[in-house]
This record gives sequence, structure tokens and C-alpha cells, in this order.
Amino acid sequence: MPSPKRIGKIEFGLLSPKEIRTMSVRKIIWADTYDDDGFPYPQGLMDLHLGVIDPGLRCKTCDQKASECPGHFGHIELAKPVIHVGYTRLIRKLLRSTCRSCSRLLLSPEEIEKVVGTEDELTGDVLSEKDIKKERLCPHCGEQQLKINFEKPTTFSEIIMEEGRKIEHKLTPADIRARLEKIPDEDLRHLGINPDVARPEWTVLTVLPVPPVTMRPSIILENGQRSEDDLTHKLVDIIRINQRFKENQDAGAPQLIIEDLWELLQYHVTTYLDNEVAGCPPARHRSGRPLKTLSQRLKGKDGRFRGSLSGKRVNFSARTVISPDPNLSVIEVGIPLAVANEMSIPVQVTSYNIEELRQMVLNGPSRTALDRPCGANYVIRPDKRRLRLAEGNLETVAEQLEPGWTVERQIRDWDIVLFNRQPSLHRMSIMAHRVRVMDGRTFRLNPAVCPPYNADFDGDEMNLHVPQTEEARAEAAILVAVEENILSPRFGGPIIGGIHDHVSGIFLLTNQTRWFTRSELLYLLKNIDVTSLPEPGLVQGEEQKWSNKQVFSMVLPRELNMVFKASSCQNCDTCKRQLCERDAYVRIIDGNLESGTIDKKAIGAFDGQIVHRIIRQYGMKRAAEFIDDITHLAIRSIMFDGFSFGIDDEDLSRTEYGQIDDVLKTAVLDVQRRIKIYEDGQLEPMPGRTPEETLEMQIMQVLGKARDRTGEIAGRHLGLGNSAVVMAVSGARGSMLNLTQMAGCVGQQSVRGERIMRGYDERTLPHFRKGDRGSDAHGFIQHSYKGGLNPTEFFFHAIGGREGLVDTAVRTSQSGYLQRRMINALQDLKVAYDGSVRTTGGRIIQFRYGEDGTDPMKSSFGDPVDVKGIVESILKEEV
Amino acid sequence: MCVSTRLNVLAHTMVPDHQIMNEEEVAGLLSLYNITNEQLPKMYHDDPAVKTIGAKPGDVIRIIRDSHTAGRAESYRLVVKRPKK
Repeated sequence: MPSPKRIGKIEFGLLSPKEIRTMSVRKIIWADTYDDDGFPYPQGLMDLHLGVIDPGLRCKTCDQKASECPGHFGHIELAKPVIHVGYTRLIRKLLRSTCRSCSRLLLSPEEIEKVVGTEDELTGDVLSEKDIKKERLCPHCGEQQLKINFEKPTTFSEIIMEEGRKIEHKLTPADIRARLEKIPDEDLRHLGINPDVARPEWTVLTVLPVPPVTMRPSIILENGQRSEDDLTHKLVDIIRINQRFKENQDAGAPQLIIEDLWELLQYHVTTYLDNEVAGCPPARHRSGRPLKTLSQRLKGKDGRFRGSLSGKRVNFSARTVISPDPNLSVIEVGIPLAVANEMSIPVQVTSYNIEELRQMVLNGPSRTALDRPCGANYVIRPDKRRLRLAEGNLETVAEQLEPGWTVERQIRDWDIVLFNRQPSLHRMSIMAHRVRVMDGRTFRLNPAVCPPYNADFDGDEMNLHVPQTEEARAEAAILVAVEENILSPRFGGPIIGGIHDHVSGIFLLTNQTRWFTRSELLYLLKNIDVTSLPEPGLVQGEEQKWSNKQVFSMVLPRELNMVFKASSCQNCDTCKRQLCERDAYVRIIDGNLESGTIDKKAIGAFDGQIVHRIIRQYGMKRAAEFIDDITHLAIRSIMFDGFSFGIDDEDLSRTEYGQIDDVLKTAVLDVQRRIKIYEDGQLEPMPGRTPEETLEMQIMQVLGKARDRTGEIAGRHLGLGNSAVVMAVSGARGSMLNLTQMAGCVGQQSVRGERIMRGYDERTLPHFRKGDRGSDAHGFIQHSYKGGLNPTEFFFHAIGGREGLVDTAVRTSQSGYLQRRMINALQDLKVAYDGSVRTTGGRIIQFRYGEDGTDPMKSSFGDPVDVKGIVESILKEEV
Repeated sequence: MCVSTRLNVLAHTMVPDHQIMNEEEVAGLLSLYNITNEQLPKMYHDDPAVKTIGAKPGDVIRIIRDSHTAGRAESYRLVVKRPKK
């Protein structure tokens, strides 16, 4: 590989009319494309000199066929010059900084020297529009300068002051071109323009290049009609107007008509270059669709740069809907047989594998059942010729097979593939899984790997890619594998772990103490690979029993020691430790769960303390096995008792309803009392706030408290026998707030953190009196979701809900763009071997990565060393 | 109205310690990272802290700041002239 070269300079120049004419192979004069026989007109837009697109014809310039001819430029001689929209800024700058009569720079040599520096000592700066004072006299010829007005898109005019009135005098492109022509080369250099490659008058077009037909091919519709490219349409317009312009000019038409035609020609050339210029109606297709002209081909997400050059399309990929399968391992992915039959891996034939591959060739391209061995779709001969395998040729090809050939065999169980879900926001959005060929039509994955992909199963689709080389497969297995990505470099903790039912299930299993008979124990352990059972914890006569903590301990590695508080911990002032009535004090000694409940804090994605410790002590691979065991055990546990939630789970008893009513009534009365105080002018405002603001804050507070009180009342009735409570306490899903809203009271609806104020004049809805500040008039919902909302409450709820939706929509688009800019800025930075962060040019960004040189993925939630964990596992007690 | 007392930016708690490095230190730094001074991070000559310690374009400044991760972090910047606009 050649060593990288440093770029010395880049030169940007303009295309001169002379260059345009030299590169042109044909002058185009006819607006028509094809004659009645479907043959291109000579000197028309589809002239055969410009290249060919129809197969069979030969290019008249290079005599090559359609597939080989790259196409050639033509040109149109414009009747009068027109301005190039892309250079209006430059033209304005030049007109404003040069004299209107002698076209010299409006600065004396001394003034120029001040900015640019002397000949021997250049400052490296160039002159700008700001360096020139407005409407001064020319230092060279003494001419009074006029203000130059620029009106989008392409109009320039001079402002003449006459008898105190402003008169605009329009400059024609020809005037402008004449002025630009006169600017001396030396003055241009001071303005940062190299006149050798970019004379300013070239920004005003006198001749227009016609792109080759190959970049604007016409397509033939089903009915045999030709449909021309947008660019061709635009060029037709230009030629037509140009022709008419010429005719009128020759006939000596009045100035007014000439000016109109000139403007029209300018419009067509402008929209041909850019159809989205400000102050210019876009040119439209007959159907009303705006034309996609030159600038639109390059710009934006689907433009030439982002869409065609940076964007990559690949083979050996598949996409379908995903669905969950808790019986798979987290490192596996279930692939439908139909997909597996299409996807292949090339295998070189050697004397060692020739028999195996011959059998695959004989198996052919259609694998009919899951238990059938994989077949092959193609074989590649040593001369690179590709043979497609089909029913007829299997035997003959298998016969011919010999070392040196390549067989593209179908993927089979345990092959490694890359699995991806968009948006790919972090490295864990693409991970390598092991294949498991399955029935059905969807990709299957263990729900425990949903968090890194941010996937759910409401119709999400995911992509799959099959690495084609040994290097790619090695890289996938060593760097991209799921086992290698359990830890997130974002916070140094596990991102894969139990979710939803896994957490509920393991909570139900490990909470408090329960005893299982031998058959119950085996039911729970069905999907886990255990070779022996521990000593029973309890023997009652004949019957042996095992505790729920013993069951859980069976999936823990021996020698694991840790102490922590579960997510059901209430953070009491004095911790009762093992005697905690919620069983939230988790102690694991030598791989035995001595006390405590396993929940989100222990095995959940993002938290997973046990998962984290296992990674640190035993490595990623053991952790992946642990996650598999824990998810299988949790699913069996949740099935042991069953877990469901129905409408009657939100029921409370009569006493609770009475209490809730009381609480809400007092709150509403309290609000009314405070409004009264305010209206009497007795309200003492809080420091820095108006009385209105103070009142609003008080009302929000009173009503907020009232809702929380109803939640407490409902919570008192609903214990761990309630599924929603189990989910909230274990951290599986939802919170007590959701339960409060279902059973107690929905509470205050808000827009931008304030009570709902918008709507009619001085009231939210016509149902309320003007100026009513009461709780129900501003969106307080007294009812629960179970009890049902009344119409005004429902309306306020919709207002509050809409704000949430708008916020998420705005946030995703903003953060997406933020992310894109961040990636573009940081994508080429890397940590060098000396620990510094550098750009590709070797420039230093950080002298030591993150200032401490710590890999965040290998850190423990940000800390380089997990001191607490190490001490705990040695002392076997809390520190 | 304008209060004419000059603020010493270096005395502000949020402004880290700035020191001008002598030639030997600079040579040592450049050889440690095997770089030319063009590859150093830059700061402008009219930066308030640079003006206060009296550094000129071409000087290298050592900045010692408190760090969330490392406790104390050293960084070096080359003083350059601010380009126009």
C-alpha cells in the first residue's frame, strides 16, 4: 500500500465558455428529441453524438455500443448571457467591491496593503465586502459609486437618488458581464480569486453545456411511449425559449418583449441548475410534481453524495419481522427455512472436505425440512464461472467437483451471522448471533437481547447479514458476538439481562421463602442444564423439600459472594438487613442465595448486579450462560403459579372508595378556599412570584398530594397478590403511579408543566364560567381509569396526551440530527498506541483518552476499579 | 455605565491553571508524543487567559485542570493567531 500523502492544496475553478465549446461534440439547436420513427433528430437533445442509450445503436462520437460509451457533452449557444444562480453571492460581492465605471477595486493600494499585507509579508487574509465603505468615490477614476441591490434569485439593480427619490435601475446580465470582464487580474487575486482558473465573467453564462444522454436516459413505458428525464424536459424549455428569443431579436422586436424573453430564459436556466431557489417558483412536471434538476440530484439524503456514494447496498442480507422465542439462547437467532435456503457461504473445495461438499451439491438448492442437511445454491469453477444448481444438474456438477472449486453452501445451525435493527445508534445495534434454522416466516430472538437493539415485537423488522470470508467470520465471532457485547461502553454495566416476565418470574420465585417438592423442583429446572440436585433443605418424614432460594442458587456460579439491596428496597432509615420484611436485602455467599429477592436490580438489563459481577469474575461467556439459565428459570417460575391481570385487579373495597372520595373532596374544597383567599387579595405571594403564580403552584401541590394519597389508599388494599403490584415492585414494568391512575385517581393534566389554560376566552371549555379557577375547570381528573372519565376530563386527558406525542416526535428528529453531526465530527478519531486520541492526520484531540485512559466498557459503572465488589467478594459481607 | 476594574480571569474558579512552557519542556512534549507542534490542540492569541499570562503565538501552554475521571489532567495547547472572521 502506498504511504498516505498530505494534500498540499485544492484548486476550485469555473468552466470557461471556451472550455465548454472545446469539450462539446455537438451544437444543439432543436428542442425536439425523436422523430416519428423514434430516431433521434440530428442536433436535437438526443443527438447520437451525445452518446447512446438504446441497445444496438452506436455512438457517432466514439463508435462504441451503449454499454461502453460514457457519453459526451454538447452545448447550447444562448442568445443573451444569463446569470448562473450558484454564483449570485460572488457576483454581488464583486459588483459591490469594484468601480461601476473602471471596474478597479474600490480601495487604494495603501488600503489593500493594510488587509493583504506587503508583497514580502502577506497576512494570508483576502479582501471582503466589509472592507469597502459604501457608496464612495472610486480612488482610481473618481466615479461616484451607487448602491447595488440584489433581489433573489437573480436580479441586480443600482439605486439612483434623484430629487430625494430612489430610482432602481435594473442591470442586465450583459451589463454585469461587461463589468466583471473589466476587473483586472491583480485585483482579483486580492479578493481570493485565481483569475487563471476562474475569471468572474464566467459566472454569467453565454454558452450552456448539454449533459450526455447517458446521464438523462429516457425510459420506455409499457404502452411503448417514451418518457423523458426531468433534465431533458428542462433543456427542451431552454432551447425553445432561446430559439424564440433569437427570432425576436433578429426581427428587431421592441425592447419590452426582448426583456420579457430574457427574463424567461433566465428563469429556465435558473431552475435547470437548481429548482429549489428562494424567491423562484419551482418548475413543474405536467403532473404537478416539481422537476428534479441538477442541484436536486446532488443534494440531500437520497442525493448523489449521501445516497449513491456514501450509501452502500449489499448482497447476502435478509429482512423480516421479528418475534420472541424465550427458549432460544441469547447468542442464537432463529431464521426461517425459506431465508436459510437463499443465504449462502462460499466454501473452498479441498481434498479434505470434497466428499462433504459433494453431498451438499447433491442435496441441491431446496432444503425441504428443518432436519435435512443443508444444500448448495451455486458452485464457482476455478475460471470464476458461476453455475447455478438446479434439480437437473446436481449429479453432473457433483461429479465434476474437484479441489480449486468453490461451493456456495446454504447456512445451517451454528453458522455466525450479523443481526441488526435500525436505527443503528450504538455498536450493540449490530451483533453476531449463531444461526438456528426454524419453521415460520419470522426471525426469532430471545427477549433478553431486546434492550441493546431497542426492539419489541409490535411489528419490528430486523436485518441479517451473512459474512462471506473467514476473516469476516472471525471478526464477527471475536468482536461482534453477543457474548462480547453484554457490557455497554455507555455506562460500563450489562445492557443485556432479564426483562418483563423474566424479572416478574424470578421475583415470584425468590420472594420470601417457599418450599418445593422434588417434582415441582424438576418442573422449574426443566430447561436448565443441571447434573445433580443439592441436598434438600427440609425433610418432612418421607418427603424431601427444596427452598426457592436453593432453586435460584443452582444457576449461580460457586464462589460468588455479594451483598446488595434489591429494587424493592424502600431505603429505610435503619436497614433491618436479613430481617427486612420485604426481603429486599440480598446476600449471596459462596454461590448460595442466603436472603433477599432477586429482581431487576439483580438480573435486569441496564442494572443486573449479579450479571455484572459474573462478567468481572468469570467473563462474558459465563455471563451469557447465566442469562440463558436465568431467563429459562424465570419463565418456568412464572408459569408455575401463572401470572395475569384483569379489570377486576383494579377493584378496591367500599372503605377505600369512601376514603378516596373524602380525600378528593377535601382537596377540591381546599383549592376553592385558596382561590377565595386569592380573590380577596389576601394571598401572600412567594418570593419572586406573582400572586397568580403562587396560587397556581399551591393548587398544583394540593391536587398532586391528593392524587398521591389516593394511590396510598389503593396501595394499601392491593398487595403482592396483585400482578401489577408485583411488576411495579420487582421493576419488571410500570410503577405504582400507573396503579394509582388505574385504581385511585388520574390526577392533574398539564401542558408545559402548568394546568390547562388554553381554549376559549378566560375558560377552557364553554361548560365553565369565565374566570373559573376551580380544579375541574383546568384539567384535574378526579376519576380513575377503572371508574371512567367524564367528557370534560376525557378532553383534558387528550390535551395532556397530545403534548407527550408531539414531544417525542420532535425529540427523535432533533436527536437524530444531533447524532448525525456528532458521528460526522468524530468518526475518524482513534486511540493511538500511546493512549492519546488522534485524528487521521495525527493531530491530538486528547492527550490521554478520557483523561484517565480507561475503556468505559471495561469500567465498573464509570469507575476504573470496582473496589467495593472486590472487597465484598473476599470479606463476604457488606462494606 | 461601565465598571473599569479589570477582571483577572485566572482568579476565577472555573478557569484552570495556565502556564507557558519553556523550550525544553516543549521539545520534551513533542518528542514524547512524536509530533510536530502543528499537531497540538490550538488556542487563539486573544483568549482572555492567554492574554493574561502574556503568551504569544507560537508558545505552548500547559493547562492543568480538575478532571471527573482522573482527578487532575494536563493538556497542552499551541497559541495561534485568530484568523479573520
